[in-house]
Amino acid sequence: MSKIIIATLAAAALAGSTMLASAQERVVNVYNWSDYIDSSILEDFTKETGIKVVYDVFDSNEILETKLLAGGSGYDVVVPTAYFLQRQIAAGVFQKLDKSKLPNLANMWDVIMERTAQYDPGNEYAVDYMWGTTGIGYNVDKMKEILGTDAKPNWDVIFKPELAAKFKDCGIHLLDSPTDIVPSALAYLGLNPDSHEAADLEKAAELLTSIRPYVRKFHSSEYINALANGDICLAVGFSGDIFQARDRAAEAKAGVTVDYSIPSQGAQMWFDMLAIPADAPHVAEAHEFINYMMKPEVIAKASNYVFYANGNKASQQFLDKEVLEDTAIYPSDEVMQKLFTVTPFEPKEQRALTRLWTKVVTGQ
Amino acid sequence: MERIASAVASRLVIIVPYAWLLFFFLVPFFIVFRISLSQTVIAMPPYTPVFDLAGGLSGILEGMREFSVDNYVWLTEDVLYFNAYVSSLIIAAVSTFLTLLIGYPIAYGMAQAPRSIRPTLLMLVILPFWTSFLIRVYAWIAILKPEGLLNQFLITIGVIDQPLIILNTNWAIYIGIVYSYLPFMVLPIYSALEKMDHTLTEAAQDLGCTPITAFWRVTFPLSLAGVVAGCLLVFIPAVGEFVIPDLLGGSETLMIGKTLWNEFNSNRDWPVSSAVATILLLILVLPIVYFQNVQAKADSEGR
Repeated sequence: MSKIIIATLAAAALAGSTMLASAQERVVNVYNWSDYIDSSILEDFTKETGIKVVYDVFDSNEILETKLLAGGSGYDVVVPTAYFLQRQIAAGVFQKLDKSKLPNLANMWDVIMERTAQYDPGNEYAVDYMWGTTGIGYNVDKMKEILGTDAKPNWDVIFKPELAAKFKDCGIHLLDSPTDIVPSALAYLGLNPDSHEAADLEKAAELLTSIRPYVRKFHSSEYINALANGDICLAVGFSGDIFQARDRAAEAKAGVTVDYSIPSQGAQMWFDMLAIPADAPHVAEAHEFINYMMKPEVIAKASNYVFYANGNKASQQFLDKEVLEDTAIYPSDEVMQKLFTVTPFEPKEQRALTRLWTKVVTGQ
Repeated sequence: MERIASAVASRLVIIVPYAWLLFFFLVPFFIVFRISLSQTVIAMPPYTPVFDLAGGLSGILEGMREFSVDNYVWLTEDVLYFNAYVSSLIIAAVSTFLTLLIGYPIAYGMAQAPRSIRPTLLMLVILPFWTSFLIRVYAWIAILKPEGLLNQFLITIGVIDQPLIILNTNWAIYIGIVYSYLPFMVLPIYSALEKMDHTLTEAAQDLGCTPITAFWRVTFPLSLAGVVAGCLLVFIPAVGEFVIPDLLGGSETLMIGKTLWNEFNSNRDWPVSSAVATILLLILVLPIVYFQNVQAKADSEGR
């Protein structure tokens, strides 16, 4: 018996010593969205700095937030959306960035920095990785067939009941998320998209109820496949997801063409932000990683790979033409003016909004 | 000496399932229950009070004074929760009934099959588990959608002209649950039927029963324990099912799994979602207790 104990202790001691050895190797634990980086960037980073990247992925802000709020996630760099980031900062999830270690901040794009500062005043906790919009994904041929025009659709096709009705059989999906859909409805109504007023929200809910019969499903990810397979004609979703649907449809060569439109009445902008958890084990390495991601050539490579706009002005000279000149990715200045951001709801307001949403979606 | 050793060994064997229950059921349940008595705050973790073991017993007692049943009161104030529980129970009950309707004949057929091919049949029932559950549910989207395999088939053979709208309705949820949980129904019924003494049915028929009466008066009662076990194995997970209604069901379907998801992720209200989960557990414990009683009765009658 005692031999077994000694053997166990020896094994434990051995495991401990190998852990010490690996502690001397420099590591950064990155937790990013799935399909969101060109993996050669990570290899280049390791080559240049000697820091090993342990890369892990998630596919929803909720999963990330739950891990962060529970604490002790072990991640050094995480990529929440700014809307979620704001409340997470308030909860004490993140540490302030040490800007002296981030000289590449000089490359960032002031237009984007101004907007992200609404969530993170002074941009003290995070820098933008990628950004995009919440707009309309559509089946190009069906759209032409039903409306008889080549013009890119705007919110009318979703929120005008008589137009939405025409797409009922063809299929409409909306994100199952009041904080994405309600501001769009408010923009269509000409109200302040960032309104937290109960009366305005009630008006948005009324509008949504009026088009509810024509919506096949409220779901936050199914529309990617559904659009790509031609199962639906219209979806309100995130720009990047719809580009993914566009690519999948093109790869499948089944005669489905998907495109993305930023509605002319204005669309919500979102920002995915690089931030360092307060309890990150490798703070110095995390700063090196974030600084590396702000190198113009590096972040341009990421954008060229994932087809998202980034918040780095200096990177634009390194972008492929098909990315920089695609107005669905980098909108014209005129459209940029129309894009809006929304601020998070207080817990009580959020509860009321979720309840309103459940009523719209389930009728209960 | 040897006797003592074997006594200790048998005690240890008994401890294992209890330890399992303690660590993987009771402890997690108490953590959830304890959060359900807390209040939500914007912090890490997002509820209060949080116990610090360094504070010692007095710290814990101090914190426990902040406990309240507000979250449970809240669940009674909005009819949404009640409706969600009821609709989950109805969906689970209908699905369980359908699974029994399909599962019993399968199990019966397997038990009647020649002994030599029974292992193969068992294997076939278990085989789908080798593919990820999620992928199998996704596959049903491709089968059930308007231009899917099922509709194409039915239109080709001329049964229907217009595609049936099945996907995103409650029918799709029933199909998904019946398909996914069928093995849990078949296996316990099969094991009950397989143990049955066939001479009993023969005796019943000799005494003048038609095959159908013999089945209802002899075979079915003897397989009842398997039926109850199968029904519980389907019903209990079906009540809290989230993935199948999310992927196959329509948005208007209100189920408690989705309500819980909303409380946890949209409202970030861990305490209220814990209260929802605790009530769900209580609802599910009742049938288990009932099953225990049936089982105990069957055992004592068996002796």
